[in-house]
Amino acid sequence: MTSISEAPQNPLPFGGARSRKTPGGAVIRWLRANLFASVTSSLITVILVVLLGKALISLVQWGYWNAVWSVPGDQTGACRSVRGLGACWAVIPEKYRFILFGTYPFNEQWRPALVCLTFIALFFVSTRRSWWRKELLLIWAAALALIGVLMWGGTFGLTYVSQDRWGGLPVTLILATFGLAFGFPLGIVVALGRRSKLPAIRSLCVLYVELIRGVPLISLLFMASVMFPLFMPEGVNIDKLLRAQIAFVLFAGAYLAEVIRGGLQAVPRGQHDAADALGLSYWKKNGLIILPQAIRHVIPPLVNTFIAFFKDTSLVLIIGIFDLLTTAKTSIIDPAWQPFSVEVYLFVALIYFLFCFAMSRYSRGLEAQTRRS
Amino acid sequence: MTTSGSELRRRRQLRFSLSRQQIVGLLWQVVVVGIAVAIIAFLWSNALHNLSARRISTGFAFLGREAGMPITDTWLAYSPRDPYVRAFIVGIVNTLRVAVIGIVLATGLGTLVGIARLSSNWLLSRLAAVYVELLRDIPLLLQLLFWYVLMQGLPAARAAWKPIEGIFLSNRGLVLPAIPITEANLWVIAALIGGLIALFVLRRHLMARQEADGKVRHLWPYALALIAGLPALVSFGLGASWTITMPELRGFNFVGGLTLAPEYFALLIALVTYTSAFIAEIVRSGIQAVPRGQWDAASALGLRRSFVLQRIVLPQALRVIIPPMTSQYLNLTKNSSLAVAVGYQDVVSIANTTLNQTGQAIEAIALIMMVFLSISLGISLLMNWYNARIALVER
Repeated sequence: MTSISEAPQNPLPFGGARSRKTPGGAVIRWLRANLFASVTSSLITVILVVLLGKALISLVQWGYWNAVWSVPGDQTGACRSVRGLGACWAVIPEKYRFILFGTYPFNEQWRPALVCLTFIALFFVSTRRSWWRKELLLIWAAALALIGVLMWGGTFGLTYVSQDRWGGLPVTLILATFGLAFGFPLGIVVALGRRSKLPAIRSLCVLYVELIRGVPLISLLFMASVMFPLFMPEGVNIDKLLRAQIAFVLFAGAYLAEVIRGGLQAVPRGQHDAADALGLSYWKKNGLIILPQAIRHVIPPLVNTFIAFFKDTSLVLIIGIFDLLTTAKTSIIDPAWQPFSVEVYLFVALIYFLFCFAMSRYSRGLEAQTRRS
Repeated sequence: MTTSGSELRRRRQLRFSLSRQQIVGLLWQVVVVGIAVAIIAFLWSNALHNLSARRISTGFAFLGREAGMPITDTWLAYSPRDPYVRAFIVGIVNTLRVAVIGIVLATGLGTLVGIARLSSNWLLSRLAAVYVELLRDIPLLLQLLFWYVLMQGLPAARAAWKPIEGIFLSNRGLVLPAIPITEANLWVIAALIGGLIALFVLRRHLMARQEADGKVRHLWPYALALIAGLPALVSFGLGASWTITMPELRGFNFVGGLTLAPEYFALLIALVTYTSAFIAEIVRSGIQAVPRGQWDAASALGLRRSFVLQRIVLPQALRVIIPPMTSQYLNLTKNSSLAVAVGYQDVVSIANTTLNQTGQAIEAIALIMMVFLSISLGISLLMNWYNARIALVER
């Protein structure tokens, strides 16, 4: 704020106004209003400052002051000598390739790295409102195909890498993205089915949604890893990753269906009547009139479901698929590095946090936009 | 199917097209149900074939066989020689033990954080916001592993941390002072619960009379008699002892007191902190949903602040809070199945072991589903009943 713009509005003598608007004064006024408004508030502030100060000091001591940043090879003696007092960040440069890409052939790891970048670019493009057009579907199809080519290889001069060597961040992103990409249309169909007037279809959809939502995800994953082979004809053998992927699609479908159903309920009855009056068929009515409005209503909760789903992919650890969390846990089996798992978990937590935080920020931005309009 | 007046009219006018619609609808249903039945029949026949090829008999007869699996952390008497059915019951109790205590603690912590988030103190509200954001954006399983690793990194029992006298924190878990549970103690607790119920009924009765004749009636003498007097009387009469036993270190382990095993403790911390972040957001938005004018109007009537919160704001906020809270409670219960990752033996973990030992995959997973579906149903019924009680009565 400049004093020139304030001058006409301020009836007080120049000097008085000036002394109240000094930067120091503003800070003190802010402190009064926000930290020392009352006795209780002041007390809370003092206690929090003391506690926070203590916590921050010991955190800086552990994470920076006493930390060991690099050690020669597997010689973790320097780390062991500061154990409990300082962090051993040396574990990250030593293990990050394995944590990020698992057992993917070392010289080919630029491929999964490129896959991760493709995913991030894809997410970025999909968040732009101006890009929400039919062409986006084509971009998705192309990007997912590119990801398949890069991961598997075998064409364009890339060597073939089988699925059981995949690992780390690309697997997490694949499970989450493919799960959502296929779960979303499934969710739409089920949500429509649940609101259908046809009793048999409606009860099938209710049964599906309630069964999946009623049980823990782990039991679905157990089902995929143990029971699924039982249900296949003899000789048919589906890869473990794909089986988990199918479980995730079914899981995402049920949860997304409920969110979309909420959106369908928010579309006024008049829209249905108007579409009927125009003589549109069921599919045209829903595809052109109802669904676009319904989905627009529920974009923030949809993004929240995406976040929850992204975090839930980490559960594949329990059935032994090498996602980001599993590679992190595996990387510290090495006895030399075993005592430094906290550092590795913090590193992986940061990666998960960045993805989820970006999504939740985006969701909040959208919510603010809808409130404004 | 409901037939409104407009629909009846339309049906009369467009008899032909509507009956065509009905036929199309019927066809759709037949096709979809047919496909579903065909898929299930295909999977089922494969399963029967595969099971007979592997010589696994279907059915729940295996539940009577000796389990042979050790369960270390349990409240019920159990030995590896007990049958599978006993192991499952122990697992269900373990699941409920972590879920119920977790729900209570998460509700308390989450409410505190949610209110802190609305505090006029900037530092406190920012801190609460950071807490919520940090915990919500990191997978629960990762948090659980993190807590478990921290727990394992604690000093051995000999060098246990003693934050307060009688509380020990070591790699054996958390050891607390406890009151041994005897039959007399249980009776006193029953008397307390009975007193609370009686007080609740009495309160409704007194309020109804107060509303009828406008005379103010005090509740506190009855409250004192029912909550303090009655249990004290029972305690004296039965001679219940309330001495607290302090845990002591003998050799390598603790004797006396209540021990929370590191697996259980890590799982409880992870579930409570993670869920509390979501509950905090629910509580915050619930309180914010009550218009500011309600506070202003109530204080304009000269009501005390605590009374306004209790009788004006909270009842309105609860209406917004209860439905999402129900789904958080269900989530916590379902998330307790992550126990298998740290080796706490909940029902999912025990079913998984059973599955590996016997190969009864379908039965084991059916049992998990049955347990969780009934817990979900129980929580939903309870919360729906509560929700109906506090719902807005429209006149």
